[in-house]
Amino acid sequence: MERSEAELIAAVLQGDAASFEPLVQKYSPRVFATARRYARRDSEVEDIAQEVWLKAFEKLKSFRGEAPFEHWLMRMTVRTCYDFLRGHQRNRESPFTDLTESENDWLQTFVAAPEKASETADAAKLLIERVLEKLSPQARMVITLLEIEDRSVKEIAELTGWSVPLVKVRAFRARAEMRKIISKMAKDKYL
Amino acid sequence: MNVTELHRKLIAAARVNAPDDRVSYAFEKRIMALIPAVAPTDSVAVWVRGLWQAAVSCAVIALLCGAWSFFSPASNTGDDLSQNFENTLLASVDQGDQAQ
Repeated sequence: MERSEAELIAAVLQGDAASFEPLVQKYSPRVFATARRYARRDSEVEDIAQEVWLKAFEKLKSFRGEAPFEHWLMRMTVRTCYDFLRGHQRNRESPFTDLTESENDWLQTFVAAPEKASETADAAKLLIERVLEKLSPQARMVITLLEIEDRSVKEIAELTGWSVPLVKVRAFRARAEMRKIISKMAKDKYL
Repeated sequence: MNVTELHRKLIAAARVNAPDDRVSYAFEKRIMALIPAVAPTDSVAVWVRGLWQAAVSCAVIALLCGAWSFFSPASNTGDDLSQNFENTLLASVDQGDQAQ
């Protein structure tokens, strides 16, 4: 008979570490998908996921069961991703001169006729990844949660541990930072 | 170039291309293998185990010393081990008596 989540957690807390495995199996896809929003390389994604699960095991005593386990785990995942971003601030200062041919083509299509530049194109995906890499960790976190994942300010506050006013301030600054980076991309490319 | 429109397009591209949720092969097995290293240890159990090991070590040393003193040949000087031990132990008392 399949045990419930609460039973598995209670068993882990009583010393049965093996009961943790079904939880890892069930929620790892969500942890990996979230980590892939912030890390590109597979090895980095795996490191984040591993850190999340080891932290979850260590801090399981602090899970009070008032909210679903998934919410508690996602808070831990988002905070681990934020720590990862703060520790890996690479490529932030590099110029946009090394765009691939497909990225250049997509931008040229956009300049000529914005409606013809498809959002589903791989080049658009690569471009947004480049732009996100240039954002500060705070701005990237806010833009990802607020604009890409379409979460509310309250949800972001819960996930990140920031206050609601702080999320609003950071969202305002993040949008400005992103506009500045996109303007720089246009300037590097066309001036 | 319309920066606002480009911003909107790029955000839309990120929304369309959601990251995949593929998990590495045998990832849960790897986590389970790492868990004993982070599992909190029971301090009472650690103390009990340590004290038992110390008790066994002491018993073995006592047995070895006993066996050595029992089986070692008596020395030719005729000194008695117990007498020597008592003299050494009570040396300070003897010195005190002589001083008075």
